[in-house]
Amino acid sequence: MSDNTKDQILDFVRARYPQADIDESQDIFALGFVNSLFAMELVMFIEKTFDITIPNDELKIDNFRTANTMAELVGRLTPARV
Amino acid sequence: MTTLAEIAPDTLQVTDRTSARAFVDTHIAPYADAYDRQGRVPEELLERMTAAGLWAPFLPREAGGAGMDLVTLGEVHEEVGRGCSSVRSLLTVHTMVSWAVQRWGSPAQRERWAPALSRGDVLAAFCLSEPGAGSDASGIATNVVARNGGWTLNGVKKWITNGQRADLFLVFARTATSIGAFLVPRNTPGVEVTPIEDMLGTRASLIAEVSFRDVALGPDALLGPSGFTAGMVLTGTLDLGRYSVATGSVGIIQAALEACAAYASRRTVGGSLLKDLPLIQAKLSDMVTDARAARLLVAEAGRLKDAGEASTIMATWVAKYFASTAAARHASEAVQIHGANGCSPDYPVARLYRDAKVMEIIEGSNEIQRITIAGQAEREII
Repeated sequence: MSDNTKDQILDFVRARYPQADIDESQDIFALGFVNSLFAMELVMFIEKTFDITIPNDELKIDNFRTANTMAELVGRLTPARV
Repeated sequence: MTTLAEIAPDTLQVTDRTSARAFVDTHIAPYADAYDRQGRVPEELLERMTAAGLWAPFLPREAGGAGMDLVTLGEVHEEVGRGCSSVRSLLTVHTMVSWAVQRWGSPAQRERWAPALSRGDVLAAFCLSEPGAGSDASGIATNVVARNGGWTLNGVKKWITNGQRADLFLVFARTATSIGAFLVPRNTPGVEVTPIEDMLGTRASLIAEVSFRDVALGPDALLGPSGFTAGMVLTGTLDLGRYSVATGSVGIIQAALEACAAYASRRTVGGSLLKDLPLIQAKLSDMVTDARAARLLVAEAGRLKDAGEASTIMATWVAKYFASTAAARHASEAVQIHGANGCSPDYPVARLYRDAKVMEIIEGSNEIQRITIAGQAEREII
């Protein structure tokens, strides 16, 4: 998945938590940032920004731990363009 | 946009603010004080609401809805709230459950429930609060355990709007790992409904305590994902409920304004109409201003929902906080303007005053709202 996807996700997370120093491989759950409100905002952001719908069976914690895993999720759910 | 002249109130479909206002002025507002005294919204009105397509018009057409956008839905709920907060409360909880089914349901769950919820053949209630847990959802004690390929539910839910009448309960319960949402038909063995009477406000909203004793549910009762995202079902559902309560609060301000404007135009004090007294004018001008400001905050939250923007959640917190506190303030002033008459059952403002207080408590107390809003400000500004 492109760096642009990761960057957009990181920008969103950093905007919510500007005091934190977060990179693309850091586990945002381990850092203690995620509550249910932020989780909802994060899912809405990803769906809106990348024009995808995340099905229930993809709403797993491992898909949202890092910017890397979220970018991979976006990649899986984005239709291939020709 | 429809016009009032085009509407036949007995047969109209509610499709926007104008048709909602006509429906409310014909079928709800004239009877709201009677509902309040009787402590229940009558079945006849529920049937009229079904005929008007009021229950879940925001659902997509393939689910039996009208595909109404959420800005328009907010305007409709405001108009209903202007007429009667109890009726609007029934719409709010039905909206929350219908949205949750559409947003989080499996194809089978949506097929089973969404068309019936849309038509109003099935009415729904949202079951979160308990005797020991209100705004603090993490404190709920109702629990489910996996058993025989399904679930067994135990616990007690309290202050459940429409609990007396609902056919379907969306119950939040503690699982082994998180809080899950479960669809529980009323007629499931082990479900017991006890009416709660004589509340301060929204007295006609069919509030109940609902008990679940060894209620056996199938595997398809779980709505949405399990695990960490299960909390999102609650967050998203409460967000829409908060939006509806915010719109209803705007409706209360508008109702207070209309009642006071009418009263002040005919009541005299010392030879002067109330409306000509500067202190009364000050109260009315504040009502006008806050009604408009609250309406704009609600509309912005709705616009962000329609656009799928994550920022709608905080916008809705702000709208609900502003609108509910303004409603409580202006309903109090409305009683003040009416004097002793305002304390009597002969004028609607006493009901508005009692209903407005409820808006500061439900769907997240104002204290929780202020903590959440301040937390956002800290992240964005400080």
